[in-house]
Amino acid sequence: MIIKKRSLTRRLLTVDLPITVILAFALGPYVWMFLTSVTAKNRLFTFGPSLVEATMENYLRLFKTVGFWNNLVDSFIIAGGTVVVGLTLSIMAAYAFSRFRFPAKRGLLLQFLVINMFPVVLLILPLFIFMRQLGLIDTHAALIIANSTVAIPFSVWMMVSYMNGIPRSLDEAAMTDGCTRLGALWRVVMPLCLPGIIATGIYIFITAWNEYLYALTLGGRNVRPITVAIQTLIGEYEVEWGLLTAGGVVGAMPATVLFLIVQKRLISGLTQGAVKG
Amino acid sequence: MKPNPSPPKAGGMALGRTVLPIAMLSPAVLVTVAIVFLPMLQTAWMSLHDYILFRPKSFDFVGLKNFIAALNDEVFWISLRHTLIWIFLTVPSQLLLGLAAALLLNQEFPWRGLARALIIVPWALPSVVISLMWVWIYDSNYGVLNDFLLRLGLIATSIPWLADPATALYAIILTLTWQGFPFFAVMILAGLQSIPRSFYEAAAIDGASGWRQFWHITLPGISGVLVTAVLLRIIWVANSIDVIFVMTGGGPGYATYTLPLYAFIKARTNLDFGYGSALAVLFTLMLMGLVIVYLRRAGKAVQT
Repeated sequence: MIIKKRSLTRRLLTVDLPITVILAFALGPYVWMFLTSVTAKNRLFTFGPSLVEATMENYLRLFKTVGFWNNLVDSFIIAGGTVVVGLTLSIMAAYAFSRFRFPAKRGLLLQFLVINMFPVVLLILPLFIFMRQLGLIDTHAALIIANSTVAIPFSVWMMVSYMNGIPRSLDEAAMTDGCTRLGALWRVVMPLCLPGIIATGIYIFITAWNEYLYALTLGGRNVRPITVAIQTLIGEYEVEWGLLTAGGVVGAMPATVLFLIVQKRLISGLTQGAVKG
Repeated sequence: MKPNPSPPKAGGMALGRTVLPIAMLSPAVLVTVAIVFLPMLQTAWMSLHDYILFRPKSFDFVGLKNFIAALNDEVFWISLRHTLIWIFLTVPSQLLLGLAAALLLNQEFPWRGLARALIIVPWALPSVVISLMWVWIYDSNYGVLNDFLLRLGLIATSIPWLADPATALYAIILTLTWQGFPFFAVMILAGLQSIPRSFYEAAAIDGASGWRQFWHITLPGISGVLVTAVLLRIIWVANSIDVIFVMTGGGPGYATYTLPLYAFIKARTNLDFGYGSALAVLFTLMLMGLVIVYLRRAGKAVQT
């Protein structure tokens, strides 16, 4: 902020040190969870979590005895399905918003924003009844549909801003060359905003992967994504902290890794539309 | 690319211009209407009825009975009080911590890129995992928080943070602060980066102190971002029930009930959909003001 060149010690004290403290606060709980997960059961309650004699025992038990594998598969199916459905719908809607003028455009864009402002409790009861009538309770489809609606608002806003960055003259040129509108979207616009599409897709994946309340209400028995499984573990294995934290590390892994890959792009989108809670 | 055999007629083009956007928008709109807006109306409708899920035959219209019952319900007022504490402690803590982090991350230091990437990790974690690790941190026997405070001599005996009605709500507020401050940091950082450097240079030449620069350049520069972020956060924090639900389930007693959680528990455990809906509707009406303010701001930013 101040132009004067500061000395190194001063910088270390006023910038590096405080930011280290804040980062320690931000990452500490995660690191602690990881340490706990690699500590053997008999050492955990005597010595506490540590890297000394680190073991994979908890992770092995997690997959062998608790059946965590099925939960992972469920989560992958749901998150993957949500990406396909959510992304397709968002790209089509975003193209319409970005390239056409039509009445009620602003209102429609805002109705997408408003979706994420309503408390889930307000929607979840009728949604449960609705899905039960359709016979979709406890299926992947129910969760894919529900999660798509959570992800669509932000995805639409993000895709609109990416598509607005691509000159309309390119669509028009493609159409003069004989492409249809959809052909122009498919062959010109989509390849050009591929980075944006990937970032949006990953955003959708993360929201669907992390989602809990819909998963609890609309799934639960046959379809049990990782978030619900972890919550059940907390109830069943209250004292098995090694096992529990191993579940936490595995459950957080895909979303965290994907997030770190696209964080720059996601953040710039996030600060424009700003939707996730 | 297939060559078009004959150029489309002008009439066809005009038709395409009106039909195509509708066709492209309708799937997204239909899904959201079916999954969000219809259920909302249904909830409003259910709130006017006696509707308990295990007695599906009885769906009697009772008018505002559920709402009057809520206003006479002690737990409703407890939950409302907690909701207010919850919002007014969590959001400012997130904001201040986020602001501090953003100001620091806007300085120049060698590992800035790494720090900027790592600080948002809490935001990407599933709320269930967040709850799990904080329950472990707060554990009364082996939790690291008790261990830490005992060693520092700040407390004499272990405190069961989540089992003690006096501390449970605040313990969860700390968790939520942790989860949400990176969002503020990232939003504010974006705001900071949009302030032209020349402003600070000019101010420094005029001899303005660091504090005065912050007050007269930085704060006005990020005020728009701040207002938007605070509005969004209030709405989300108010709505957020998953962390509380997993960490304490509302307990001990009613110590961590917030309004949406109360509505959720009423419906989920007691299967009392009529009353649960009424609570959800009441809560949504309370939030409506904020939502409208936010939409107005967002609406201005939309270019059509």
